[in-house]
Amino acid sequence: MSARDSILAKVRASLGTAGEPAARMEAVSARLTSHAPGIIPARGQIDAPKRVKLFAEMAEKANATVQRVRSGASVPKAVSSYLRSHNLPAAIRLGLDPRLTAMGWQEQKALTVKTGPSDGFDEAGVSHAFGGIAETGTLMLTSGPDNPTTINFLPDHHIVVINEADIAGDIEALWSALRARGMDMPRTVNFITGPSRSGDIEQTLLLGAHGPRALHIIIVGGAAGP
Amino acid sequence: MQITSPNFKENAREALSDAALQKALGNVRTGFIDKRRKAIDALPEFDDLRDSARDIKNHTLAHLDLYLEAYEKKVLEAGGHVHWAETAADARAIILDICRQYGARTVTKGKSMITEEIDLNECLEEAGIKPVETDLGEYIIQLRGEHPSHIIAPAVHLNKEQVEADFRRVHTHLPVNRDLSEPSALLGEARRVLRAAYFDADVGITGANFLVAETGTSVIVTNEGNGDLTQILPKVHIVVASIEKITPTLEDVSQILRVLARSATGQDMSVYTTFSTGPRRAEDPDGPEAYHVVLLDNGRSSMLGTEFQDMLRCIRCGACMNHCPVYHAVGGHAYGWVYPGPMGAVLTPALIGVDKAGHLPNASTFCGRCESVCPMRIPLPKMMRHWREREFQRGLNPATTRYGLRMWALLAKRPRLYRMAAASGAAVLSMLGGRKRRLSSVPLAGGWTRWRDLPAPQGRTFMQQWADRGRNKAAHR
Repeated sequence: MSARDSILAKVRASLGTAGEPAARMEAVSARLTSHAPGIIPARGQIDAPKRVKLFAEMAEKANATVQRVRSGASVPKAVSSYLRSHNLPAAIRLGLDPRLTAMGWQEQKALTVKTGPSDGFDEAGVSHAFGGIAETGTLMLTSGPDNPTTINFLPDHHIVVINEADIAGDIEALWSALRARGMDMPRTVNFITGPSRSGDIEQTLLLGAHGPRALHIIIVGGAAGP
Repeated sequence: MQITSPNFKENAREALSDAALQKALGNVRTGFIDKRRKAIDALPEFDDLRDSARDIKNHTLAHLDLYLEAYEKKVLEAGGHVHWAETAADARAIILDICRQYGARTVTKGKSMITEEIDLNECLEEAGIKPVETDLGEYIIQLRGEHPSHIIAPAVHLNKEQVEADFRRVHTHLPVNRDLSEPSALLGEARRVLRAAYFDADVGITGANFLVAETGTSVIVTNEGNGDLTQILPKVHIVVASIEKITPTLEDVSQILRVLARSATGQDMSVYTTFSTGPRRAEDPDGPEAYHVVLLDNGRSSMLGTEFQDMLRCIRCGACMNHCPVYHAVGGHAYGWVYPGPMGAVLTPALIGVDKAGHLPNASTFCGRCESVCPMRIPLPKMMRHWREREFQRGLNPATTRYGLRMWALLAKRPRLYRMAAASGAAVLSMLGGRKRRLSSVPLAGGWTRWRDLPAPQGRTFMQQWADRGRNKAAHR
């Protein structure tokens, strides 16, 4: 007997599942297709403007910085000034996300824009989020040529652009949104809440463990900003 | 790793007199508990979510065979490989095979308790493959040749001076006069050293917090980002996970995530929660070219259907040990194997045998804090009691314990005799206690009085006082 069959046989024997196999299979397939949401905390179940505000507050609580701009066209300028204010070289790494590439980076004359995955030498990377979770101030990013996963982890500064309309109350809403687009599960889905950290030395919280030392979120929407 | 659980008592005695360890353990007592409390107070639905999480796992365990099959099918559809391992040795052989198949010389590792359970690092080293632990705590203890003393804070038994000494001993390529007095300097140095390791590694090995049956996805929950760099930069990603990590749907995982981080570190969400499905796709510019999952049983299937099944709900948050007075006193290494604290006291006997780990479920005051904080509502004290029963049934306790328990049973089954014995005992001990009302030595109770005084009884038993009370009431009526 293969190890697979042997393990499954042991599980079945321990569970005593000899009877009613049909009912068990039905229970499992119902569960796998129903996507029942369970308990959703009330915290994120609020109207859109409040949701965006809560998202920003929670992200800041997790040590991210948050900025709001009126439109995508304002993003390159915001990124340039972020780099300047942190004394960083005027260079970014970017995926091929059309929402990012269409923003008019060429107007930032001094800015070097490299596209593709990060090679580990980028000081700052820019990604576009699939969505956000107000309940916890979390970003959701999906892998692929649009937003290579390496940009989320290798640069010291990770700048993430998110559309105000993509900020949901809870993580379940984002799973539904992913399914609604008819997308297969991407190779990697990253939920990111603040910059990298460790408490492994004497339980002292330190930012910038192996991933980005800083996470800057730019919320794009009509509500506020330049 | 060498199992020292049979020497728990000696281990504990050593731990209690280890000044550096006692200083470090102070961080557990103060840090984790307050942070968890704050996070939970801010979420009114927390207890309902615990019920929900418990129900999800109970349902999954009752249908585990079917969910394992569903999960496997999805991994294969996504282009991944699934390997089944009945024992630790099987898992080691499978992982070694994969590493050899890809000609691996260096392997980076995300933090994983399951690879501790199967002694993976020793096995890789013997085969000439260099394992590099990338979680800061794991990296530190790997330099020291130690094992984790806590399931989420592996180096919690160390102070920063010890870490500094290890870094100076090992990182000899760096200037001798560099300043490492602050934890931030130590972190910065580890970050620079390990950055190179991620790019050099041929294979990245991680554990999994969850395996999602709906999508064939493995999930890791981390704060440092090392697990992600471990799994996206090398050519091959190997996930090692035990069979009970299966969870039906993305929604089910999302429920449990809400109780996991809060119970572990007091965060609403850990910094990185990463869902990985198969190898890199045709259009992907990064990610591993191959994705292997090693599903390990190693004794779990035998826990199903027994009084220990509930233990398989455990999500390894560490809340039980963070709140355990015994763990606070002796730390994790005293438990003598991979899993310390209350969850270890229940799981270890199941995995290595109660004959070796019998002391662990005995090292509990049954104060119940572990169960009260467990996000999965695992009845830990009850299961420790089950182990004590099994230990007794199998005649594993020392002769004096068995004799004592038999004497106790003899009295307990004869109420009149018991009351007489208790009354005379209480009277005599009260007299011996004198004005101090304390006893510094009692025959047959040296195990207690060697370390502390025994408070002397008042002189009359509860039953006697109760009878008096009844008589007084009757007289006043």
